[in-house]
Amino acid sequence: MLIPHPLLGPRDAQEFTYLGDAMMIDRPDGLAEGAEAAFCDYVFQRDNPAGLHRELWFHEQGDRSWLVVTRNTVTHEILGAELARDVALARRATDTPADQGDAQ
Amino acid sequence: MRFSGFRVFKEAVTGHKGWKPLWRTPDPQPEYDIIIVGGGGHGLSTAYHLAAKFGVTRVAVLEKGWLGSGNIGRNTTIIRSNYLLPGNEHFYELSMKLWENLEQETNFNSMVSQRGIINLIHTDGQRDAYRRRGNAMMLAGAGAQLLSRDEVREMVPFLNFDNARFPIKGGLMQTRAGTARHDGVVWGYARGADMRGVDIIQNCEVTGFRIENGKVLGVETSRGYIGAKKVGVAVAGSSSRVMAQAGMRLPMESHVLQAFVSEGLKPTIPGVITFGAGHFYISQSDKGGLVFGGDLDGYNSYAQRGNLPVIEDVAEGGMALMPMIGRARLLRMWGGIMDMTMDGSPIIDKTDIDGLYFNGGWCYGGFKATPASGFCFAHLLAKDEPHEVTRQMRLDRFARGYLLDENGRGAQPNLH
Ligand SMILES: Cc1cc2nc3c(=O)[nH]c(=O)nc-3n(C[C@H](O)[C@H](O)[C@H](O)COP(=O)(O)OP(=O)(O)OC[C@H]3O[C@@H](n4cnc5c(N)ncnc54)[C@H](O)[C@@H]3O)c2cc1C
Repeated sequence: MLIPHPLLGPRDAQEFTYLGDAMMIDRPDGLAEGAEAAFCDYVFQRDNPAGLHRELWFHEQGDRSWLVVTRNTVTHEILGAELARDVALARRATDTPADQGDAQ
Repeated sequence: MRFSGFRVFKEAVTGHKGWKPLWRTPDPQPEYDIIIVGGGGHGLSTAYHLAAKFGVTRVAVLEKGWLGSGNIGRNTTIIRSNYLLPGNEHFYELSMKLWENLEQETNFNSMVSQRGIINLIHTDGQRDAYRRRGNAMMLAGAGAQLLSRDEVREMVPFLNFDNARFPIKGGLMQTRAGTARHDGVVWGYARGADMRGVDIIQNCEVTGFRIENGKVLGVETSRGYIGAKKVGVAVAGSSSRVMAQAGMRLPMESHVLQAFVSEGLKPTIPGVITFGAGHFYISQSDKGGLVFGGDLDGYNSYAQRGNLPVIEDVAEGGMALMPMIGRARLLRMWGGIMDMTMDGSPIIDKTDIDGLYFNGGWCYGGFKATPASGFCFAHLLAKDEPHEVTRQMRLDRFARGYLLDENGRGAQPNLH
């Protein structure tokens, strides 16, 4: 698989390590009401869809950036990649959940 | 249809015209006492045990493809009970005992072969960990032996004992472990269930659940609605997809695991060898093919095929462990979809929906669990209470903090 790194161009997926669903950008507030349930969801529960999946990949053997990659889990086709930082900042600005952000 | 030496002889002299299909192909009835979703090893074993051990025979198994099209027909067939945690080990030991009697029980040749498993040791730390695990196994009555380097060398002299990075220092052995014929397990349980009245319905995909007032009434399928008092889901890699139809999210990711078979060779490998440090394990099938594998590909996948980097990685592991493998030609490889849980251990439990039960999260180790998983799931479905060896395999253990994390790796499915 080739990941279209927004800064470095197409890179072999082997240079990356995989974390999982991009919803992990949305870390709950540990002091908020209902934090325990929110953290249980955050740490353990996953949508695990068959089809489009927005997911976090770490460019460990490259520029060490975190990317949000949009990939089809049925075909392994990669549809796009953004810097996770950009996604997180854009989300903070608009406050939409990460998995509803635009998938490029 | 029963098998016997006499029957084989009789068929041989009459042109093999008397053999019949091993199970019927019934149309679904409007309603069953229990519907099992998924005709893999676990679904069929559940149906078999419901009928044979708990007297529940108004049962249907609904399978979206053909029997054995999922992981049960794709795995590397290793059976063992060498787990560490009591929440797992007693369950797998029960499974091992059921394997030991499987052929007598189902009158079907499942080729259960207790040729032993050796987990290789390379460091002092690993020896300590395996000593502890061996002790845990003995406490559960499973038996274990710690092997010295010389004892390992005597059994498997062809390994590279002086690999610079991972020299072999010993091994943990379970002599009762081994392999079985995966298709034989499917067919044995399917036939046994069918003979006792269970309807096995293939090409019947469950597309939704009918749930009213928090109670399940039946399932929507590609062959229409089928009612049921209880529904048990055992769909392995498809768990998240199927349970989403009941509005549930699971502590799980689906990942692809690949397996490999070489051309047939003369007997070379006596049992199963695992080289955890090198992400490689191997055994030899009765046909002579070397059957081996390694790590998950590592990313969410429903593709039932993997990518080349892992193939390379597995081949490197093989070469590091037993350089002679380089002379064998690879015949084929394939992938299966693993239901990887957040702690690497399975779930057999009721759900919050009345009458809906779940069995899944088997990761890459559910083949060995097939007999006990079916027995215990049948126990839960028939009696509405968990079998004692599955008491810790609960769905709410994540929320409650009682994880069954054998390797202590945390909530990262691709590391289990
Ligand atoms: C490469 C590989 C190697 C492995 N090696 C080992 C090993 O050495 N030892 C070991 O113990 N385990 C091993 N495993 C794991 C083991 O194969 C699985 O954990 C186990 O088979 C899963 O249970 P099952 O047999 O019920 O799954 P499956 O056979 O996958 O059964 C699930 C069934 O559900 C059906 N289904 C899915 N969705 C629906 C629907 N909507 N409606 C109806 N039916 C549906 C599927 O078609 C499938 O037939 C390995 C797996 C793989 C892929």
